[in-house]
Amino acid sequence: MFSSDFPILSVITYLPLIGVLLILMIDKEKVGAIRIVALLTAAINFLFSLPLFFACDPSTAAFQFTEHVPWIPELGISYFFGIDGISMLMVILTTFLTPLAIWASFGSITEKVKGYMISFLILETGMLGVFVSLDLILFFVFWEAMLFPMYFIIGIWGGPRRIYATVKFVLFTMIGSALMLIAIIYLYYLNYQNTNIPTFNLELLQSSQFPIPINIQMWLFAAFALAFAIKVPMFPFHTWLPDAHVEAPTAGSVILAAVLLKMGAYGFLRFCLPLFPQAASEFTPLISILAIVGIIYGAMMAFVQKDVKSLVAYSSVSHLGFVMLGIFTFNIQGLQGGILQMINHGISTGGLFLIVGMLYERRHTRMIGDFGGLAKVVPVFSVMFMIITLSSIGLPGTNGFVGEFLILLGAFKSNMVYAVLAATGVVLAAVYMLWMFQRVIFGQVDKKENETLLDLNLREKLILIPLIALIFFIGIYPKPILSRMETSVKNLTAIVQQKFRVEEDNHKIRIISGTPMDKISLNEVGEQKNE
Amino acid sequence: MISLPIINFSVIYPEIIILVTAIAVLIADLFIKGDRRAPISLIALAGIIMAAFAIHAQWGANVSGFSGAIIVDNYALLFKYIFLVGALLTLFLSVWYLQREELFSGEYFFFILISIVGMMILSSSNELITAFLGLEIMSIPLYLLAGFDKGKLRSNEAALKYLLMGAFASGFLIYGIAFIYGSMGTTNFDEIVRALSSDSLDTDPLILIGISMIVIGFAFKTAFVPFHSWVPDVYTGAPTPVTAFFSIAPKAAGFAILFRLLTVAFSPIFVNLSTMLWVLAVLTMSVGNLIALTQRNIKRMLAYSSIAHAGYILVSLAIGTSKGTEAGLFYLLAYTAMNAGAFGMVILLGHKGEDDLTISSYGGLSRRHPVAAATMSLFMFSLAGIPPTAGFIGKFNIFSNAISAGFIWLAIIGVINSVISVYYYLRVIITMYMKPEADSVTTVTYPPSLLVAIILAAWGTLHIGLFPNGWLLFIRESVVGLYQAL
Repeated sequence: MFSSDFPILSVITYLPLIGVLLILMIDKEKVGAIRIVALLTAAINFLFSLPLFFACDPSTAAFQFTEHVPWIPELGISYFFGIDGISMLMVILTTFLTPLAIWASFGSITEKVKGYMISFLILETGMLGVFVSLDLILFFVFWEAMLFPMYFIIGIWGGPRRIYATVKFVLFTMIGSALMLIAIIYLYYLNYQNTNIPTFNLELLQSSQFPIPINIQMWLFAAFALAFAIKVPMFPFHTWLPDAHVEAPTAGSVILAAVLLKMGAYGFLRFCLPLFPQAASEFTPLISILAIVGIIYGAMMAFVQKDVKSLVAYSSVSHLGFVMLGIFTFNIQGLQGGILQMINHGISTGGLFLIVGMLYERRHTRMIGDFGGLAKVVPVFSVMFMIITLSSIGLPGTNGFVGEFLILLGAFKSNMVYAVLAATGVVLAAVYMLWMFQRVIFGQVDKKENETLLDLNLREKLILIPLIALIFFIGIYPKPILSRMETSVKNLTAIVQQKFRVEEDNHKIRIISGTPMDKISLNEVGEQKNE
Repeated sequence: MISLPIINFSVIYPEIIILVTAIAVLIADLFIKGDRRAPISLIALAGIIMAAFAIHAQWGANVSGFSGAIIVDNYALLFKYIFLVGALLTLFLSVWYLQREELFSGEYFFFILISIVGMMILSSSNELITAFLGLEIMSIPLYLLAGFDKGKLRSNEAALKYLLMGAFASGFLIYGIAFIYGSMGTTNFDEIVRALSSDSLDTDPLILIGISMIVIGFAFKTAFVPFHSWVPDVYTGAPTPVTAFFSIAPKAAGFAILFRLLTVAFSPIFVNLSTMLWVLAVLTMSVGNLIALTQRNIKRMLAYSSIAHAGYILVSLAIGTSKGTEAGLFYLLAYTAMNAGAFGMVILLGHKGEDDLTISSYGGLSRRHPVAAATMSLFMFSLAGIPPTAGFIGKFNIFSNAISAGFIWLAIIGVINSVISVYYYLRVIITMYMKPEADSVTTVTYPPSLLVAIILAAWGTLHIGLFPNGWLLFIRESVVGLYQAL
């Protein structure tokens, strides 16, 4: 579809910046033109990125569409872009949701529109850069740079406690990433001293002939994992999330939930597991337990929220717990489920934040108690709200079901107890979501202000319809998405389990020094693992 | 018959050019009066550009003159470039400011130029007494510059404080030099390095006292904690362009001599000095950043932040390798650009009399002056070390070399400090973008000379951040000769 030397990933990444330049040339009073340019830029970028879904070869786990030029050769840093089946999906999720989020801001953002749209487009560049970078420093540059457009979006266009929320968001993330930077540099020197190759190139570091000693792996993994766990966010590093979500403007919340949180999970998949597989397996119990605590804690906190937006925010903590649990099962089902759930959460929770935003624009409140009986007043809104709510719960037939089912399947294979505990999260999700839905939508219209609410307008319907279409599409026919990530996931499990096996084999050989019978059993062990 | 020392004037051509320019400025000031004195700054500008050409002509040389007291190598020349850039930026920062504050006079440029001559001698000195000479030539005009706003109490206070502290520091320095001379019989760096061996400190502990005192003497000038107490008051009291100059050029000069002295001349016993530098680096970074957190006045905040930045460069000094020095010089370059830019914005946004320089006076700046707010944000992001700016690559380079040399804890303390600093730099941005409008931001004028300085600084900040490779190679070229003899 693309000739091999066309830098499609760079084009997609930097296209929003062209939109920024165009917006800079427009007078700040011409709000309409600014909005249109921003929306068109994001939409065109989506169209550019969509062919990747079909052009990305699902039969290989190698990085595709790579662009590799030296950037700072003095320091071993290269400009290295490339995608595989996992990051391709993240790229498309980003380019898909950005135009919707921008479109959704047409109604809610009326002040300083120019700055807002500029921030949003720069944010898109940053997010895409994170997903396509394969050089550790390049990745870090995008990872940090991406923070600041979001910082402005929350801090300027957010709610009453926006400054507190945005500073907390930035500082939490930066503390994590500071230690990650140290770990990246340490990894570089460790590799350099032992192989004499000065590089931050992920592919080279991953295939490095030098096995990192396990005690160092543990430290490096911990430093990376802290940065990513804050971003995910995993319990107990989640406290910035409800603040940021509640204060952010609608579109900010959508992107925060749908894309920014995924960067944490993506970081685990892309960096932590392949670079430090042994440490990853050592840390599995800790991370799985934190993930389960997150699932249950997030659900219980969501249960008691009075504000719909903070309820959705806490439900994110719960859902991301599922994602992390899935990733750390290290089997294909769990990983596929985890990645699919990353996309699902983007769609469902993104959709919920949009719905809450639409509600807020009409009533200027988000308190559950202020609503009731909306089904009679705004029927179309209520139906769409219901579909997205059910998808968030994971009702069969919607996308949420496929993801959670796969994660639980994977978890059962690796650890029964984890699976049982995590499954309670599914039940709790049904409880808090449905209870909230019931109080907002059903019952009698007992508040006078609610009687005159307007139903969704065309723009709002058009924003929600693509999301709802995807909810059903993934729910009924997830195969196209699963098949595209399959090879990459298999490769990932192979990397992790290979290290497992090497360890276990060494262990076995030490115990049973070589009778023919034992050799047979050793092969069997290998085969079981291959399944 | 007395043998005359061999004098080779060609090694100090750049210094001579600046000196002659300084005198020309002073003479021109006698003849041009009143409001038409602005062209005086053009004389200074011409002198700086000519000196830059002279340095360019000397590039690649490795000669010494004045019986080995002065050495011209790429290392010294790189620093001379930095001083000239510092002076150039200060010149552009000053013209409009001096007119606004009604302080314009020829002496101002004279002092700046003379001080640059001192710094150049300092960076070229290959001998302790010459270094002292350079330091004094540099410092005395600086004392005068601090008090240049004669009518203001603050400015007078700054001058007096700086003078007393500076004299005190010079005392330490000269005492330390005496110890070194007393125990080694020489003040020449080449002879020192030959005379020292790794166990010199065991046989002659006076050397340690001597070198420690010398470090303290320079530490005052470069404002390391705990020798920093003069910085906040002097930086706040001095006219803002002078503060910008203080934070760039003399700091660079102090590091110029410290790198040469400690990692070259005293390289045989550097291992013993490294711990002292380690402690100084941690103190300087941490105290600078922590106190900056609580500042309300922008100049005071930048004063403490400049202390913290000296701490990052100290990390590279503590490494003590050629790579470490490269990282330190690269950071100095980045720091020069971003700090000059930040002070440029402070001048741009200030008002006559500079009574209100609180950060809160920038409230809501983004609404009326979005470009000014965005530029200020660029410098704040760079000072905070956010990619893709010069500050990020600079810090990355320093911490990376620290880790490779085994100073992992120093690097960790460094990055934590860097995160702390984000908080106070962000506060400026928060004020500009997220707070209600303050009265003071309603009128901002854009004088061309000041804009030149700010644009230059912004270009440097972005270019070093996005395309650092050429800069890194340039610095390697200038440092490589320094360690060849070792």
